[in-house]
Amino acid sequence: MGALFSFVAVILLILLAYVGVEVAGMQPIFGIVIPYAAVLTFIAGVIYRVIKWGRSPIPFHIPTTCGQQKSLPWIKQNKLENPSSSTGVIGRMALEVFLFRSLFRLSKSELRDGRLAYGSDKWLWLAGMAFHWSFLIVLLRHIRFFATPVPSYLNLLESLDGFLQVGVPRLFMTGIILLLAVTYLLLRRFYIPQVRYISLTSDYIPLFLIMAVASTGILMRYFFKVDIVGVKELTMGLVSFNPTIPKGIGVIFYIHIFLISILFAYFPFSKLVHMGGVFLSPTRNLANNSRMVRHINPWNYPVKFHSYEEYEEEFRKKMKDAGIPVEKE
Amino acid sequence: MYDGGKILFGILIFLAFVTFPFYNDIGKANVKPEPKIDTPEIQKLPQKKCVEPKAFMKAEHMKLLNEWRDSAVRDGNRVYVASDGKRYIISLQNTCMRCHSNKKEFCDKCHNYAEVNPYCWDCHIAPKEAKIAPKEAKNEY
Ligand code: HEC
Ligand code: HEC
Ligand code: HEC
Repeated sequence: MGALFSFVAVILLILLAYVGVEVAGMQPIFGIVIPYAAVLTFIAGVIYRVIKWGRSPIPFHIPTTCGQQKSLPWIKQNKLENPSSSTGVIGRMALEVFLFRSLFRLSKSELRDGRLAYGSDKWLWLAGMAFHWSFLIVLLRHIRFFATPVPSYLNLLESLDGFLQVGVPRLFMTGIILLLAVTYLLLRRFYIPQVRYISLTSDYIPLFLIMAVASTGILMRYFFKVDIVGVKELTMGLVSFNPTIPKGIGVIFYIHIFLISILFAYFPFSKLVHMGGVFLSPTRNLANNSRMVRHINPWNYPVKFHSYEEYEEEFRKKMKDAGIPVEKE
Repeated sequence: MYDGGKILFGILIFLAFVTFPFYNDIGKANVKPEPKIDTPEIQKLPQKKCVEPKAFMKAEHMKLLNEWRDSAVRDGNRVYVASDGKRYIISLQNTCMRCHSNKKEFCDKCHNYAEVNPYCWDCHIAPKEAKIAPKEAKNEY
């Protein structure tokens, strides 16, 4: 259900952009107004989410530990999996952010001949890595539309990405890897029953949306060519706050930029915001130093207590009368 | 806010990344490239027309070159019949670059702007051109 709904929603978005540009001629809406609004929503939304997280207290000290903690000097500590210092935490976060360390640990369980068997499962990690890294490179390559002159490291990136030298324009590997990886991530939700069971509409929408963004990009680069110089005029107009709509850019470009705008605007309010959230996960970003540093629950309020001395002070006479021993006569 | 300093630092890094295109381009003139077609060969043409219509060439010249290459190298067919029925000899150096002998003022103008680096000139010989000012020469690849 969720999958079907998301698929139809993305198709409708594509149709909306198509009709809006081809029939209604609303290039300025799709090429200027919506992109600006989307970027604003993206920036404000992400900051809002991060500040909101920052305001939530962490009542308990809850780093997850996956190795030997700091102990006696002759016991070797696992500094990355069970860090006790900030440096260790930075190392652990770097492993998490750049290499998805905890996903690498994923295991699967299966019933085999009536017995529960466990095994390692690296496919999700592999697809996740392929997906995120190629997405990053694709994003960086797009800087060529947003800077003049283009920074020179892009040239290096492009020659690495296109080093197979297949076809003209040169095939960029990351675009294909991105599309394949996102397809795997989608099929996984269809075919693994447990994953299918827990998949919601909000899991499918980003997948279909990213798939559509990647497909329109690939179509535009290799099949339905558009005037790239005109496109750059438009994008440079956006970033220099001098928006223009050059004539004669194919509708596929407007579909592409519309889908990206939707993705950007949707980002802060969806699971995609884990981009910021990963840095704020207490199970990852706290050092396991609870035996060295006391973690104070920020909720703790000053408790009104009544000490025994005060109690005795108050009831001394009654206690004495009843024959109860008191400390001070 | 808890750990406010760290969170603000993180937000600043985020802003530095996402607003890069905006502050990077502040105050820079947004000049689009004007590829020049004033070569001797084109001056001689009765009608200043390319192999195919201009809009097509603008967006699809790389696909056309790919077709030309496949046609010449794989099928041995070195004649291209254009959509208006004119015939051209399929050759990057002797057809395209004979008319567009000003590669630096024509092809490179767009390509530098859009950060495209065709590797064709690793093997194919680019037309000889008059020396250009050192400042512009830096832009060539
Ligand atoms: C590895 C060297 C090399 C590279 C790089 C290269 N070519 Fe070629 N190209 C050749 C050779 C060799 C021929 C065959 C020449 C012949 O048979 O006349 C050829 C032939 C061609 C032809 C048809 C014949 C002619 O005279 O032009 C075209 C068109 C062509 N190449 C286009 C390209 C384009 C466009 C690129 C860049 C995307 C490119 N080539 C990159 C080596 C190369
Ligand atoms: C007969 C001479 C001639 C040949 C051969 C020729 N061109 Fe052109 N080309 C022109 C002229 C003239 C124009 C300008 C057309 C116009 O303004 O309508 C042009 C325009 C172009 C444009 C568009 C420039 C712009 O301002 O948008 C491109 C790109 C281009 N040519 C590439 C090529 C390529 C690639 C080849 C080889 C496949 C080629 N040309 C072969 C004469 C030629
Ligand atoms: C109107 C501007 C313009 C002109 C003039 C122009 N090009 Fe291009 N060219 C482009 C753009 C933009 C791209 C990148 C297209 C893309 O990325 O999809 C490109 C790409 C190419 C590619 C493919 C590069 C790759 O990625 O493998 C080749 C080959 C090429 N051009 C050859 C030429 C030649 C030869 C000339 C001169 C005769 C020329 N172009 C003139 C704009 C232009």
